Amino acid sequence: MAAVNVNELHLDDLPWIVEFDESKCIQCGKCVATCSFKAIKPEIEYRKKSGSIAEKNKLEKVIVIRQNVSFQNHCKGCGMCTRVCPNGALKIVRNVDSQFSVRYRSEKGESIKKGGRSNLNTEGRTLDKIKVGRISQMTDPSLDAVRHTFELKTPFGRVLSADKLNFDVKGDKIIQSAPLPPNRWIYPIIMGDMSIGAVSWRMWEAMAIATAYLNEVMGIPIRMCTGEGGIPSRLLKSKYVKYMILQIASGHFGWNRIIDAMPDMVEDPAGILIKIGQGAKPGDGGMLMANKVAKYVQEIRGVPKADLLSPPTHQGLYSIEESVQKMFLSMNAAFNFRVPVAIKVASSVTSVSVYNNLLRDPYNIVGGFFLDGLAAGTGAAHEISLNHTGHPITSKLRDCYLAAVHQGRQGEIPIFAGGGLGQTGSFAADAFKSICLGANGVFSGRLLLEIAGCVGNDTEKCNACNTGLCPAGIASQDVCLTKRLDIDKVAQNLVNYIMVTDFELRKLMAATGCSSLPVGRSDALITVDNHVATRLDIQYVC
Amino acid sequence: MCRIGAIKSKKYLHSEISLRLMRSQQEGHDDSGFAFVMQDLGGIFESYKDLPCLSMAATVEGTRLAEDLLHSLGFTRVLQWSPDVNHKPGLKISPMPNYIFEVLKYPKSHKYATKEEKEQLLIDTSLRLRKALETNNSGYIYSFWPDILTLKEIGSPKDIGTYFNLWDQDEGPCAKIITAQCRQNTNYDIVRYAAHPFFLEGYTILVNGENTFYEKNKQYQQGLYGGYVGFESDSQCFLYSLHYVNKILKWPLRYFMHVVNPLSYDEINKRKDKDVLLRIKASLEHLETNGPNTVLGVVPDGKLLCVCDPKKLRPVVIGRDKDTVIMTSEVEGINDLLPNRDISKDIYPKEREMIIVNNDLTVEKWQQ
Repeated sequence: MAAVNVNELHLDDLPWIVEFDESKCIQCGKCVATCSFKAIKPEIEYRKKSGSIAEKNKLEKVIVIRQNVSFQNHCKGCGMCTRVCPNGALKIVRNVDSQFSVRYRSEKGESIKKGGRSNLNTEGRTLDKIKVGRISQMTDPSLDAVRHTFELKTPFGRVLSADKLNFDVKGDKIIQSAPLPPNRWIYPIIMGDMSIGAVSWRMWEAMAIATAYLNEVMGIPIRMCTGEGGIPSRLLKSKYVKYMILQIASGHFGWNRIIDAMPDMVEDPAGILIKIGQGAKPGDGGMLMANKVAKYVQEIRGVPKADLLSPPTHQGLYSIEESVQKMFLSMNAAFNFRVPVAIKVASSVTSVSVYNNLLRDPYNIVGGFFLDGLAAGTGAAHEISLNHTGHPITSKLRDCYLAAVHQGRQGEIPIFAGGGLGQTGSFAADAFKSICLGANGVFSGRLLLEIAGCVGNDTEKCNACNTGLCPAGIASQDVCLTKRLDIDKVAQNLVNYIMVTDFELRKLMAATGCSSLPVGRSDALITVDNHVATRLDIQYVC
Repeated sequence: MCRIGAIKSKKYLHSEISLRLMRSQQEGHDDSGFAFVMQDLGGIFESYKDLPCLSMAATVEGTRLAEDLLHSLGFTRVLQWSPDVNHKPGLKISPMPNYIFEVLKYPKSHKYATKEEKEQLLIDTSLRLRKALETNNSGYIYSFWPDILTLKEIGSPKDIGTYFNLWDQDEGPCAKIITAQCRQNTNYDIVRYAAHPFFLEGYTILVNGENTFYEKNKQYQQGLYGGYVGFESDSQCFLYSLHYVNKILKWPLRYFMHVVNPLSYDEINKRKDKDVLLRIKASLEHLETNGPNTVLGVVPDGKLLCVCDPKKLRPVVIGRDKDTVIMTSEVEGINDLLPNRDISKDIYPKEREMIIVNNDLTVEKWQQ
């Protein structure tokens, strides 16, 4: 019996197999040149010639495309090679027998890191089990989605109960004299929450352009969150900063520049978002691998070229009360209490406790509760975090809303839900259902990447954002790769998608007879799943 | 669809007038019920305006339960009026065994109580009575408040009138303010509590239309005040919002429309009072009703109000002569009662308008 080295990594261990049809190949080399992971290479294969017996004993050289069998340079299944091949000579096939995750851990002795999204989808999507079931027909007529005037705006900022507004009544008029927490009315969708660094500057710029265009030209008051990685000084000092929510996370990356720019700012930012946790990798801080720390990322963040790992928590904060006093007060004070300060936490079993504590904060300075579910995206994470930690968004959103209802305080800290919304392509449906379950608005990052051309999916395809080799130029800082991204085209696609989402939201509002956002209108929803009905307190139907 | 009406007069009017107002609009309703609330009472009740009047329908057991409870709390009866009912066969009505309208004296413990303390006693007692009568389905408390009388019944309005002898102008109660509705069949269960007009602590509301945000309203109001109970109809939410805005928050009446039908952000942003209106819109987001509806109401000092939402799909008209103002769903009702009025002075409220009828019968029109 022949000897085989079974301990070496083999093609059969890899997650993706590249099938090559030499009869179609014209040896143009585009596939190899395109593969950012260097997962395929041209090779010469020696084969027996066909024909006479004498000929068969001779070998002929055939140029073939082979895939690298390596932990570093294996195929991620992105399929870019198939896109550039003029003859369809390549095919990427999922290897259902892959042993890669075992091999990697045992050979390399280190945790697998990935980007993108969770790839262990055992939960199913609750939002898809919910339908918009209360359709207005006779006495409460449905509306005309095109001609009726709809209000798609929601408060962002701390809302006080009516008895705490301290209004003065003079004659038949109310006068507001006491100062109140800052409150803005915004579109119920917030884009981004991805840093310059996690995504390429071209992707980030496309989102910023789309945000400004939607506000200035299309009249949609959408806001974009910067992510933890700063914001270009020119944008900070421009009028467009009013559309940006500045994020501060545990690494405080980019805040030196923000503080330096404050004296020259002509507008207040739309808000501040203090990131405590994120849905894709709860319990972890941000992670930007050194190969994505380009020179401009170093400059904007003020850091050397190294792995940038934000701590899992903000240093020095040991309780919710303390964080409210220290961090929220200082962030409120930074902009003289004119800018709403919100918090972003990972959806977790403990989210309701956090929300309750913030609701009861006597300073009334927490202006938004961003709740991020496990199906969210991330630039980089340990696979163990991505696939095995986290909490779905839907039930926790509902829990937080109903906790507020229980105290008669719904709406006082607007809830914004995110984490996998738009996963099946229809952001409007997910947004509408989430709003009916109690969200004031929703946010998404990974959907924007998919609109921009991300080829990753929830079943192991690509998800290599952490490598800095993003084949779509979205999650890379490599100049050659980012050139693949057409900024204007991406911005245009983002605008188009949001405009369609806006129309589809109106369609759902029209059918249910709602002129304004149905925040908490759970009677509009039904489900054929009794467990979902019971858990979310919506009507079970069959 | 409901047909609703509110009448305010300088003279005492007999309850028969509310039946006539509704009968002439019968094509607009389903003949399934009749209810009225009378305020500023005349006749035998005129001398007792400061004392609470209980309006109740109950079984024999329910009557005993209520009397025992009132007695145990120290209330003493001053006057009782029971309608002389007509058991004529064939009447379309599902009557309760007893109808009790009685004026009571406050307990001795409240001899020197403030107005607020007395009002609190009445609302607490109403809630206790309601809870007591809910056991065994033994009765309904419609109102327990000074100078207020309420009747609600299931059946044909005409037959209900015959049963209670309301067509006879020499019998029964009279008042200067009468609100009435014909239709028992709401979108929800047919129960007596679900019939308009709804009454709470001097505030009365009738609604023709829908409350699209009923679920949101209900969830918010349930924790807002102890008297906000029932929710048998989505229209009760309007009553509680009016009470909350005007009585609890002590905001002027016109802000009621900014709560139940708030202007859009863009509209508010053009106004001088935008800071106040945006705060109200955010803080009371869960009291928005999102139409379509027309609301008629009465407030404790006797003013009438009418509010039309921006969808304005529900009809309403206001007609008047020198002694009487009538707000109702269809002009036929006014034509029947005030045939000689100047019809050029009739008012057809537009969307986002609030009409107030003052106690001197002057009419104010506010554009939201």
